[in-house]
Amino acid sequence: MIVELLAQYVMNGLMLGMMYALVAVGFTLFFGVLDVIQFSHGDVLTVGAFTALAAFVGLHTLGLGSRWLDLVVIVLAATLAMALLGMVIARYFIMPLRAAPALNTLLITLMLGTVLREAVRLFYPEGANPKPFPALLPRDAVALGAFNLRLDNVLMLAAGAGVIVGLQFVLSRTRLGLAIRAVAQDEETARTMGINFTAIVLITFAIGSAMAAFAGVMNGLYYNEINFGIGLYLGVVGFSAAIIGGLGSVYGAILGGFLFAGLQTVGAVLLPFASAYKDVFAFAVVIAIMAWRPTGLIREKISERV
Amino acid sequence: MIDKSGAALWPGLAVVTIATGYLIALLAAERETVIIALLILGIVAVAAAARLKLLDAVHGSFARHEDTLGRFAIVAALAVAAFFHDDHFVMLLLTTVLLYSVATLGLNIQIGYAGVLNFAGASFFGIGAYTSAVLNAQTALPHLLVIAIGGLLAALIGSVLLLPVLRTRGHYAAVVTIAFALLFRTFLEVNDVFGGPQGMQVKGMTMLGWSFNDNIEIGGVTLSLYMNYFVVSLLLLIGVFVLTQRLERSWIGLNLDALRLDETAAACFGLDIARWKTAAFVVGNFLIGVAGALFAMVGGFVAPNNYTFEDSLILVSILLLGGIGNPWGVVVAAVIVVVLPEKLQAIAEYRFLLYALMVIAMLLFRPSGLLPRSVRRYFPGQPS
Repeated sequence: MIVELLAQYVMNGLMLGMMYALVAVGFTLFFGVLDVIQFSHGDVLTVGAFTALAAFVGLHTLGLGSRWLDLVVIVLAATLAMALLGMVIARYFIMPLRAAPALNTLLITLMLGTVLREAVRLFYPEGANPKPFPALLPRDAVALGAFNLRLDNVLMLAAGAGVIVGLQFVLSRTRLGLAIRAVAQDEETARTMGINFTAIVLITFAIGSAMAAFAGVMNGLYYNEINFGIGLYLGVVGFSAAIIGGLGSVYGAILGGFLFAGLQTVGAVLLPFASAYKDVFAFAVVIAIMAWRPTGLIREKISERV
Repeated sequence: MIDKSGAALWPGLAVVTIATGYLIALLAAERETVIIALLILGIVAVAAAARLKLLDAVHGSFARHEDTLGRFAIVAALAVAAFFHDDHFVMLLLTTVLLYSVATLGLNIQIGYAGVLNFAGASFFGIGAYTSAVLNAQTALPHLLVIAIGGLLAALIGSVLLLPVLRTRGHYAAVVTIAFALLFRTFLEVNDVFGGPQGMQVKGMTMLGWSFNDNIEIGGVTLSLYMNYFVVSLLLLIGVFVLTQRLERSWIGLNLDALRLDETAAACFGLDIARWKTAAFVVGNFLIGVAGALFAMVGGFVAPNNYTFEDSLILVSILLLGGIGNPWGVVVAAVIVVVLPEKLQAIAEYRFLLYALMVIAMLLFRPSGLLPRSVRRYFPGQPS
């Protein structure tokens, strides 16, 4: 009995960790190329999840689709739309404020997040209420002793891992990845080497936002429910995860995501009151981590120039 | 000293008078078309004045005669209150404006002067509010004391955040307060002690046996019960406003400015960064908590939904719209932000969205706010 329960917790922790990691990687990428924290990242995730839901509803009213076609279409719709949204945010809201004080960038991304969140709440039909998300993955389970290993969870974990490995491949093995890394390291030198800075920034934002949309769809498929507030929660947690791992490092962000999920799962198991106060606990952990290691486990190199 | 600016008093007086008349007209208007027409008139008038360079004279007038104009503004506020003396709704609205101004002035000390980011303003407001809900119900403490305790508790609980806030900078500190705002709201919703999602009733204020929740009758004239709260809130705002101005002019304000503009340089000049950040954060939270405690008694009700992250962003929006660091701007922006959705019920549902869009437009096109903070004046009444 204990083992099955433990396996259940581990599975849950892995799923959470994968979602956190996908969001955290976005924060890290954006921080790398533009040195900004994109506070609306979480809400991009929300919009992505709702885009997927809308695509699903659209397919059904057209009477089209089998389960797998549905899945492909909603993932594509969500990721492509959010990639576009990410580029728009970078081009028209973050880049114009590059010369302004850091506070302004922070405020504009925060307020953009509010706009996205409120737009979903107000303009999506009955967006203020939690919406059921279709269960498109096969629900079959493999019984391992008394623990049911559900196929949909395995598929989602595999897909998430695939996305992260794919990103890692792009970053480390392609010319595009080289350009992104160059811009992250030193913008001016990258420019003098003939890299189109704006294009690279936009592509990075597209990639990061598409990953957020993917995490949003995953969140919907896992819980079979989405609401307009998920992004805010996942955004704050994902950001903390990125910080735990040290902003600017992709591996750090992935590590941070799983570490945070692990902490949360262990907390839920060990602390009896933690199940009711699950979110309170998560945010308390965020604050405690910031107090303990303000710039992450792998410390960010800070040099002060006066 | 020779007054080189030569700014006259009358442009300031004229503007305050016109603004007062405009506010009365706006508050008195009932029909939606009239309200929209008035709003358009207001925007056009301000834009025209800016175009004709009339605003510079007003600006000079405020810089030169700030204290006189401040007194005149108090008279103006009383005049507005006198006009609506028996209208519960408007008096409640005006009181709300005053208390939001107080809370935003607290935020202004944190963000505007010291540069300590706080995106949990509504949470500290809520701490004050829940304090007065609990203390008014459970104890017989004098209500003025309860308000002070509300502020102290907000400052105390805020101190828990001090360690992460002091150790982090900029974006990181912002996340600490955002996490706290989300934590606070979730906590209120799931716990049973403070009424859960339904919230709690708050007993009205009494002072020296005088119950604030009764209408006042003076010689056949009935004053709204909210007149009590209006007067107390106005006194509170005047106190906090003067405090903010004095703070800004003093060497403390100078230290805070240095801290905000360049932490490293400020430290090189021997300023104790941690000490001033702590001071600003604690004082700011105290003021926000005081405003919240009083506001709970005015509204008579507290619930988790009133203290969300979005509400914190509204406080930041007020600060940003008004012009960070300018207390006059804060009051003007508080009027706009509080009154607009109440008068135009059609936009009330969309208010978070609209304010967020307003702030985005502001950041892109006029980052210093409607009334930008003027250059520091080292002697009151002297041109900079």
